[in-house]
Amino acid sequence: MISEFFLMKGYGIYVWSAFIFTMISFFFLYNITKNQYIKEKNKFIAKFGTLNSERAAFAKSQKINKEILSNTSRI
Amino acid sequence: MFKFFEPNKIFLITSRAPKYVLILFIIILSIGLTEALILSPEDYKQSHSVRIMYVHVPAAWITLGIFSSITFLSIVGYIFKIKNFFLISKSLAPSGFVFSITALVTGSIWGKPTWGTWWAWDARITSMLILVLFYLIYLIVCRIYENDDKAFKISTIVTILGIINIPIIKYSVEWWNTLHQPASVNIFSNSSIHNSMLIPLLIMTAAFALFSALIFLMKYNTELIKIKNKGLDRL
Repeated sequence: MISEFFLMKGYGIYVWSAFIFTMISFFFLYNITKNQYIKEKNKFIAKFGTLNSERAAFAKSQKINKEILSNTSRI
Repeated sequence: MFKFFEPNKIFLITSRAPKYVLILFIIILSIGLTEALILSPEDYKQSHSVRIMYVHVPAAWITLGIFSSITFLSIVGYIFKIKNFFLISKSLAPSGFVFSITALVTGSIWGKPTWGTWWAWDARITSMLILVLFYLIYLIVCRIYENDDKAFKISTIVTILGIINIPIIKYSVEWWNTLHQPASVNIFSNSSIHNSMLIPLLIMTAAFALFSALIFLMKYNTELIKIKNKGLDRL
């Protein structure tokens, strides 16, 4: 039963390679995009840390900056 | 009307959406894979090799949709000088590129048991390869030009040239004799595909669309943070 599922009457090699290729592509694209996002966000946080209090207060007054700093989720 | 497309307003939504889209994508993909690999029937002619359709067709549909959207946004953005449309197009391109490669590779894998060859220089396959090249050129243009205005202008030209290829891909199976079969799913007339295969196909298409949305959101947020990084440099 299980071997039937994997072999698929001899077509298993084609079916599984197509699905595995797709999932691997998804995995790589997701990871590359996520790493780029984390890198840019860390760069932003590091730059924000170097600002003096007056500039930091001004930068923080912008909604989008506040959102980047408050959004701690890694996605 | 275009104030709605301001990055500041959009970021409030796009920064929170990815985690929900990811969860939804995993759920829909699990259902789709179960349907595609276990529950859907084998074809009377192609046997189990027909299951490749469940990754090949959604990838092809979505890559065509993304390229058309990129072209539309680029042209409208260029005419009305909406820079945010360039950011949206730029963020859509990576998933479109990966889907175009997926469609090409899975099509090639499907070709071996069905046609007896991995590759044929027929109209559908060659025009699909040209689409991959247009995506590649678009991504390279966005990457190499530091000046956003120049990148916007050149990438818009690339999309205008590339969009000519989209109807060729779509109608190549009707205009020329190709190895590729004609479309089985048609919005405007009756589909020649049974519901037991159509439903898994639509579920997989929904999953792929969600994945594309997920990548778009993450990439778009990255681009906005890049702009904000430049803004901090100027402070």
